[in-house]
Parts: sequence; C-alpha cells; structure tokens
Amino acid sequence: MFDLFAAPFIQNALLAGTAVALVSAVVGYFLVARGMTFAGHALGHIGFAGAAGAVLFGLAPLAGLLVFTTGAAASIGLLGEESGEHDLAIGIMYTLALGLGVLFLSLYPGYAEGVYALLFGDVLGISRADVRLTAALGLIILLAVAAVYRPLSFSTFDPGVAEARGVPVRALALGFLLLVAIDISISVQVVGVLLVFTLLVGPAATAMRLVRGPGRTIALAMVLGTCYIWLGLFLAIHVAHGTWPPSFFIAAISFAVYMPARLLSR
Amino acid sequence: MSSVVELEHARVCLGDRAILEDVCLVVEEGEFLAVLGPNGAGKTTLLRALLGLVKPAGGSVRVLGRVPSRGNRAIGYVPQHRTLEADLALRARDIVGFGLDGDRWGIGFPSRRRRAQIDEVLREVDAVDLADAPICQLSGGEQQRLLIAQALLTNPRLLLLDEPLASLDLSREAEIVALTEKVCRQRCIAVLLVSHDINPLLPVVDRVLYMANGHSAVGPTDEVITSAALSRLYGSPVEVVRALDRIFVVGVET
Repeated sequence: MFDLFAAPFIQNALLAGTAVALVSAVVGYFLVARGMTFAGHALGHIGFAGAAGAVLFGLAPLAGLLVFTTGAAASIGLLGEESGEHDLAIGIMYTLALGLGVLFLSLYPGYAEGVYALLFGDVLGISRADVRLTAALGLIILLAVAAVYRPLSFSTFDPGVAEARGVPVRALALGFLLLVAIDISISVQVVGVLLVFTLLVGPAATAMRLVRGPGRTIALAMVLGTCYIWLGLFLAIHVAHGTWPPSFFIAAISFAVYMPARLLSR
Repeated sequence: MSSVVELEHARVCLGDRAILEDVCLVVEEGEFLAVLGPNGAGKTTLLRALLGLVKPAGGSVRVLGRVPSRGNRAIGYVPQHRTLEADLALRARDIVGFGLDGDRWGIGFPSRRRRAQIDEVLREVDAVDLADAPICQLSGGEQQRLLIAQALLTNPRLLLLDEPLASLDLSREAEIVALTEKVCRQRCIAVLLVSHDINPLLPVVDRVLYMANGHSAVGPTDEVITSAALSRLYGSPVEVVRALDRIFVVGVET
C-alpha cells in the first residue's frame, strides 16, 4: 500500500486531500443542517472569479479565492436571514462573479489549462508548500468550529430560543459563512470549484442518513470524506493510470455512496 | 419580594406601529396565566418584550424585578412551534441538552452529570423513552414535550409558552395542558401560555390576559371573557356564549 503512494506528488495529494476532506465534513454538517447548501455552491463559483482575477494580476489563485469568497460570505451574512430573498441575492451575486470570471479569463490569453484546474481541481499538482498552507488554514477552521460548537449547534437548530438565551445568532451566522469561504478556497485546488460540493455536502449528507447524534454524524462524515479522497486517488493513479482524473472518481464515489444511503435509510 | 412579571403602562412598538399599548400586568410566582387574543394582537411581542428581545417604547417592563435582558436563565422559553428540521441527525436528548449548555462556548464533552440532568427533566415531562429517538420521527405533541423539557433545564422561575397547543389534536392538547399545570404547581413557577382558544385551559388557568387592538384586559376568566368586557376591548359588539362547559367568542375572529 505504501509503495502505491510513494511518489511525492501523490503524498502531497493525499495530505492536502485528507486535510480538506476532514475540514469539509465538519463545515458541511453545519452547512446542510442550516439549509445553506446553495450559499456553499455559490461561494465556490464566486471563488472562481477571484482565482481568475488573481492569475490575471500575477498573484496566487488561493489569494484571489480567499478575497472573493470571504468578501461574498460577509455580504451574504450581512444580508440577514430571510431565506427566500436571501437565495435571490446570493444568486445575483454569484452570476456577477461568474461574469467577472469570464472577463478576467478573456483578458488573460493562453490560460485555458489553468481554468481547467480551477474548475475541476488539480490534486496531483499540489506542492508541499500548498499542503502546509492547506493544513494550516484547515486547522484554523477546525479550531474555530470547536470554539463555537455548542452555540453554533443551538442557533442552527433553534435560532429563536438561542437568541433569547443570549447566543449571538447573527454574528455566528456571519462567522460560520467566513469559515465556509475559507474551506471552499482550500478545497478548490483539490476538487475544483465545480466539485467543491462533493466534499462539502456529500459526506455530511450521507452520514446524516446513516447515524444519529451530531458527534457520530460528524465523525462518520470525516471518515467518508477521507475514504473518498484516498480511494479516488488510488483508482485514478493505479487503475486508470492517470488517464481519468481523480476528481471524477471522487465525485463518482460520493454519489455511489450517497444514493444507496438515501434510498435504503429511514 | 418582587413579582415575577410587572408591566406598568408598557408600550411596545415594532417600527412605527404600536403593538402593545398601555399594558398593565403583574404575575406572581406559581401563577398560571393564559394569554389570549386574535392574530396580530401582540401576544408573541409581549413574550419577546419579557425576553429582552424588544425594548418597550414607554412604561416599564420588569422580570423578577429587573429590566429584561437576553440570556436570562431564569426564563424558560418555547417559541411558536415549527417543524423540527429533519436533516440535523439530532436525537431528543441532544435538543433537550441545548437548554442546559447550548449557550456555552466550546464543544462540551458528555459527562455522567449532564446525562443525569437531562434524564431527570425527561422524566419530569414523561419522555424518558424518547431520549434517543431522532427528533424527525416524533409527533408534534412529543416534540412539544421535549421543547418544554429543554426550557426547564435552567430551572427557570418564569415559563413562556407560545402557542404550544397549535396543531395538536384534542387529547394531545389535554396532555400538554396537564403537563404545563404540573410543572407550574410542582416547581411553583409562573407560566404564561399563549393560546388561541381558552377552552382547553379553562380547568387550569388562574387568570387570563386578553389582548386585542393593542389593548388588554387581565383578570379571572369569568370577568375578562364576557360580552361586555370583550366588546369594550375590541371596540365592536362581541358576544360570549357559554355552553357545555365551553366558552365561545362570537363576532370576531380568534
């Protein structure tokens, strides 16, 4: 098994992929529970514009991703809680971002390959420095979620009572969206903007079907996400010999596990 | 010693509109008060004022002798019922536990003491056998029991229940009323229960607060729910009919 994963680029892929899978499982649990998966989806696409802009101006894509996703997350958070209007505003913001993305791309000739990596991820092109940065940002997210775990759960489940009990419901909602934004930014290099959902929503949604209790659900989502990454990389490298991309396998596995869990449970 | 709730000429506005006008009310320890009135009369706003979620624009509001503020552990609150989110993967025990430490920072690892406290309150609301059930599988009445248990975990001296009887069938309604009365008497805490209908509450309430048109009347059921008193409150003719030990208010939408 270790021989199979001996090459440094494969190790980097595994390390970054595992970090992203673990963090996305935790963030995804709350995202699904809060009914905010559309915001998660939109933030990925908004991040795409940021990354394209960063490349145009000669900066690291991750920097652009972070600026655009956290900026959008702050705007969404400040819009407040009325969900119908909320989704419309997110949708309009997200189409603006896609428009900007295509503008940045057209201004930067010869960038087609980079776009492909942004859209679908380039897990095998991750450097050791990227791994360190991903792990550091991931750790920050995990520590932040741990610090607010109980009030975040309470306000997710029952914002009315939580507010009466003195929980800062609005501030938590905003802070949580910022964590989603950072998580999406580090996920993009692994699975790409179009597939951030695979790690963010897939494992959490599947785990919610299979076990009861928040602790077990989050733990199972972490295990599932990590397995998707490892199995996806193994299949891409050793079965498809690099001809089929890892992102395809990761997305396919996520689907293949979710469907029976959805159909067979409860 | 101060009363649990004291409102003197309280006026509460939402935006430009006065929702409560000149409400005077004193509720003592161990008292069961029904809060009645049509939709939009300000029943929920009254509870929100007691919780410190809206500030009075005039007069005074006191809870246990103090100006209300958020995060008061002496108040247990069960807001108007909503369908509990099915996708949270929470068990009954988890949602009841929010009442104990949902407002504390950090993860909060399980402990024997925490578990015992939750079991005890589940016994009090007669829901021990539901402890590990996923909440999405529970009926409306069962969910209501758990939310009351959640509200009791801080040992409140005032319990605010907003429409706990809405969308329950008659026998579930009676169960929740009986549970609320038991909690009120055994713990000797003040209860404000918001309801559309006085009938399920007739045998248990001490007094009623009837709200309509921004105004209110408070007193024993027989004095407040009368044709004369309600006509005055609504400013239009209202007929109160008593039949088969039930009370019907005719001439207005309740």
